[in-house]
Amino acid sequence: MFTYLVRRLIYVLPVAIGVSMFCFLLVHIAPGDPLTAIMPVDATAEEQAAMRSAYGLDKPMPVQYAIWIGKAATGDLGKSIATGRPVAGEVFLAVKNSLLLAFAASLIAFPIGLFLGFLAGYFRDTIFDRMITAVAITGVSVPNYWLGIVLVIVFSVQLGWLPSMGAGPGGSGEWSWDLEHIRYLVLPAVTLAVVPIGIVARTVRALVGDIFSMDFVQALFAKGLYPIDVLRHVIRNAAPTALSVMGLQLGYLLGGSILIETVFNWPGSGFLLSNAIFQRDLPLLQGTILVLALFFVTMNLIVDVLQAAIDPRIKRS
Amino acid sequence: MSMAATEAKAPAEQVAKTKGYWSGVLKRFSRDPVAVTCAVIVLLLILAAIFAPYLGLNDPYKASMIKRLKPIGFPGFPLGTDEQGRDMLARLLYGGRLTLFVGLMPVVFAFGIGSTLGLIAGYAGGWVNTIIMRTVDVFFAFPSVLLAIAISGALGAGIVNSIVSLTIVFIPPIARVAESATSSVRALDYIDAARASGGNALTIIRVHVLGNVLGPIFVYATSLTSVCMILAAGLSFLGIGVRPPEPEWGLMLNTLRTAIYVNPWVAALPGLMIFITSLCLNLLSDGLRSAMNVKD
Repeated sequence: MFTYLVRRLIYVLPVAIGVSMFCFLLVHIAPGDPLTAIMPVDATAEEQAAMRSAYGLDKPMPVQYAIWIGKAATGDLGKSIATGRPVAGEVFLAVKNSLLLAFAASLIAFPIGLFLGFLAGYFRDTIFDRMITAVAITGVSVPNYWLGIVLVIVFSVQLGWLPSMGAGPGGSGEWSWDLEHIRYLVLPAVTLAVVPIGIVARTVRALVGDIFSMDFVQALFAKGLYPIDVLRHVIRNAAPTALSVMGLQLGYLLGGSILIETVFNWPGSGFLLSNAIFQRDLPLLQGTILVLALFFVTMNLIVDVLQAAIDPRIKRS
Repeated sequence: MSMAATEAKAPAEQVAKTKGYWSGVLKRFSRDPVAVTCAVIVLLLILAAIFAPYLGLNDPYKASMIKRLKPIGFPGFPLGTDEQGRDMLARLLYGGRLTLFVGLMPVVFAFGIGSTLGLIAGYAGGWVNTIIMRTVDVFFAFPSVLLAIAISGALGAGIVNSIVSLTIVFIPPIARVAESATSSVRALDYIDAARASGGNALTIIRVHVLGNVLGPIFVYATSLTSVCMILAAGLSFLGIGVRPPEPEWGLMLNTLRTAIYVNPWVAALPGLMIFITSLCLNLLSDGLRSAMNVKD
């Protein structure tokens, strides 16, 4: 287990460096001068040069990267061009809100997806299976930003049951665990849950179906085990893969909630990202993407290690 | 559309050689009612988009201040009008042009580039494989939505930029599938035999490898079309894809968002089009997978 852990950690390092390089280069593939967004149009050449050296843009690219990554490693992601505030602080607040949304969506999606997938896998090729498969494929096909709008139309505009945007009354960004705030969470969380429901259900269906068709399950039945005990064996076999799919989905939810956050004006990382794009706030764009991608890398790592911890087959291979 | 692209890619002689296989695929596919229905719907959408100017529709760009946000079934506007009084039916059908183009082309390009990279990595092995596949790994560290938005956001709005960013998003997964398919074929004895009898790498890839790996890669690529459609429209929805006033489903959904309090169901129509197309593409890909006997 320990060697596996070390190997997996060593493997993560180049990926993390690659990710940081990509985020750094993002600013340089952007057309136009990154300074145009902050400089007045009538700025003199000297003023531009002064600004350029203030932002370190006059140095060669590898040096710029080294400076940037060195600062980033200590938690300094630079200052937002639009607000002048430190990027790290803004990203931290936004990621907190995004995580909240992602966890809420997972709480809805994972039990439903597991249940449906298990049912469909157990009753393979029956009407149950076909119905659940239809639900799952609808889930993975629906553009969730549209579904969000439809839910707003039904539950906010027509029925007036739930608020349509924001993360709390009065548009405050501060979250607290009371009924009033939770009402704001319902629609975005449900919207975000639809795709993972489909993916988890589809994966678990295939998994459970395959396990049930294996010889050892027949042997267990032949031994005279109660179905409930056979089920325990099936679940133990399905658990590692199911867990890894769910872990990855959680990572996807955090990085993929951008569109949903835009629909619901949810003050999360996606919302921050779209602001950064439209204000051409490149340090903010860079910082947000770096944090989200590194979170995803970490999530992958945790999932792999957990999977190896509960599945003896992986350690051996 | 993407089907034609692959057939053009496969060498002509190979298609002729494997004719028995393809007619079997066609037979199995035609017995799958769901897949056939979806194929017809997608084909109709593509045809409607191509021939939109000849369908006697209203001008999709003609705005009218007094006819804004008319409901579905309004005389002269069967699907109502948008927030600028433009005909929704015309805009939805014309909208298919850019939506389908930007939604499908990235997969076609990524299929070409990704399978080439995967083939090279899988066949060459060694340090070539390491360089290509470790670079691919870096892109796997990003959820696809985030990667698409990051690149599009940096490049700026526009049709070309959207296609470029989505192509970059889909190259890594296709390359990975191509690499794993190629390296498993590469390990088989007949490849060694072909090398021993003096075949050079290009000939071996063309004659012995391609025919065995292209099918699975192609089916995998078709399964990405639905996600690509949703992402492409999503970029426009965010305002970093197609620019107004072009009709495009994601962009229309965005501009109509303000109208949900006035005429909610007209506002939901462009999204419904994205949904129907993506559902059909998914089911079509599933049908193709079972018709071609490709396992995951």
